Amino acid sequence: MDALLTAAELVFQPYVLLVIGLSALYGLFVGAIPGLTATMATALLVPVTFFMAPIPAVAAIVTATAMAIFSGDIPSALLRMPGTPASAAYTDEAYLLTRSGQAELALGSGLVFSALGGIFGVVVLSVAAPALAEVALQFSSFEYFWLVMLGFTCAVFIASSDPLKGVLSLLLGLFVGCVGLDNPAAAPRYTFGNAELMGGISLIPLMIGMFAISEVLRFAISTEKPELAVDRPFGNVFAGMWGVLKKYPLPLLRGSALGTAVGALPGAGADIAAWMSYAMSKRLSKEPEKFGTGHVEGIVEAGAANNSALGGAWIPALVFGIPGDSITAIAIGVLYLKNLNPGPTLFVHNPQNIYAVFIIFMLAQILMLPFGWLAIKVAKQLLRIPAAKLMPLILLFCVVGSFAINNTVFGVVIMLVAGVVAFFMERWGFPVAPTILGVVLGNMLEEQFFSSLVKADGRVFAFFERPIAAALGVLTLLIWTSPLWRGWLRRQPGLAR
Amino acid sequence: MQRIDRALGIVLALLATVVLWTARTFPAVPGQKVGAGFLPTLVGAGLLVGGLLLVRRSFDAARYGAAGSAPRRAPERWWLAGVVPAAVLGYIALADRIGFLIVAPLMVLATLRAFGVGWRAAFGWSVAGTLVVHIAFYKLLRVPLPWGVLRPWY
Repeated sequence: MDALLTAAELVFQPYVLLVIGLSALYGLFVGAIPGLTATMATALLVPVTFFMAPIPAVAAIVTATAMAIFSGDIPSALLRMPGTPASAAYTDEAYLLTRSGQAELALGSGLVFSALGGIFGVVVLSVAAPALAEVALQFSSFEYFWLVMLGFTCAVFIASSDPLKGVLSLLLGLFVGCVGLDNPAAAPRYTFGNAELMGGISLIPLMIGMFAISEVLRFAISTEKPELAVDRPFGNVFAGMWGVLKKYPLPLLRGSALGTAVGALPGAGADIAAWMSYAMSKRLSKEPEKFGTGHVEGIVEAGAANNSALGGAWIPALVFGIPGDSITAIAIGVLYLKNLNPGPTLFVHNPQNIYAVFIIFMLAQILMLPFGWLAIKVAKQLLRIPAAKLMPLILLFCVVGSFAINNTVFGVVIMLVAGVVAFFMERWGFPVAPTILGVVLGNMLEEQFFSSLVKADGRVFAFFERPIAAALGVLTLLIWTSPLWRGWLRRQPGLAR
Repeated sequence: MQRIDRALGIVLALLATVVLWTARTFPAVPGQKVGAGFLPTLVGAGLLVGGLLLVRRSFDAARYGAAGSAPRRAPERWWLAGVVPAAVLGYIALADRIGFLIVAPLMVLATLRAFGVGWRAAFGWSVAGTLVVHIAFYKLLRVPLPWGVLRPWY
């Protein structure tokens, strides 16, 4: 209880509240502009949070991402262009609603059910994370080794549409993570005598490159011209929401639950949660024929899912230091910079910081309603700002932000290379999320593996001796060998049907 | 897409060979059989196998006439993609010598013009954007942005 009060004191300070307010406006703005993603919003925030105390830094990231994921729905409904990839699943649905004269319903349901889904995610996070942390306190290097492996496995096999390219992306990330002195023998690896590379590839410029520069490049070659679907003042977006809520309580719950679960899987974030929820909503709906014609049910379920995924993604991030999506991968980098190393001990030694994160999360979801309403009010003006004028300024911000982390131009070089590589990876069908996971978790994998190896004294079976490690290990191996055993099962005559 | 996959597979397999070759030279942890070369060896082996599988898959897809997986895209203006790295490389090369307050607006101006923004708006946005970033990072966050030739007047 004391920790909770301390946490509230940490959050309800004028400075932190100001940061939350400004981050909310920033998140809404970035999310609403097509081509600027929530992950990009986070990556661009990091250079600024670098100079803040830990709580406002986390508050800025949590608030901005929650708002950005919602406001991605605005251009979906008005331009048929998702503001963030997380809104793509139901863009057509929202746009068709707008075209049929129901812009308020499309925007209002996006807003209200984003907030409700987000609240669901926060509640699960607040309950599940401390409970998991209790269990995780008993974990040894064996469990951590298998957890990291399972994280990689999820990113490759569940979150990627092409597992082979997913594996290659992961290996590239692990290779980048190999650079530098940070390894069990403290030997310089792939540094080519460059002093800047001794400390490894700096994570933040890498992320800025992969998530912001790649978007600027994508914009540069694109010739799409968005057109506003509505040119009249909006009515009350909250009107009729109670009716929608009463009609679709189950899709709301289902979307929120699936979103939280998908968010918690490493590598899979809000966008995958929304796609899966939309598909599930269509399959389980009483009126599946209405989907694709401007039906609000899909927006309710998938809109709740993408925001609840944000809370879900923080569960493995806070408890194990394993990011649930690209946004938490960046957030983990910030937590390390702030000496708030994620892990179960954080729950024991600094519970006030954890509770503060929960409070900020909840606050962000509640503030989403008034701030989101405001964003919808000014949406038409917002969407008229030409991206051609914004992108060069974002480029400048990326350059200065990458420089600011270590005050060296080398950060800008890392940013540029990472941006160009990520741009081509996306074009050629290589998922970026496994690469990020590889970079972030490469050191942890190596560290836990060597600790386990020393304890095991050369016995491979030791990796499976502890019950949780054994379960995680067997699950990981089962997923990796799934193409083999599923093929075998299919060939069995009795099981063919 | 198949040709791109094939080329990428070969490039990744070549990268893997280099990674595997160099991994042999990394020292072991005292008292252990493995060391700094362990993870790079695993990564190299994985990249080699994965790269070769990608090459094989691209040949299989070509042989069985699999529909090209390249998504349909709107027309693209590729020459503009070069403007972004060129602008950043220009900044990297010149910022220290000439100074942030001169190079940054030029970088933004060039990119704005390339993206089709008119001269007057481009000039205004580049100067205003540079000043905002300068105030935010140099004045408020104390990031030592380079002064370059403007140092004597600072």
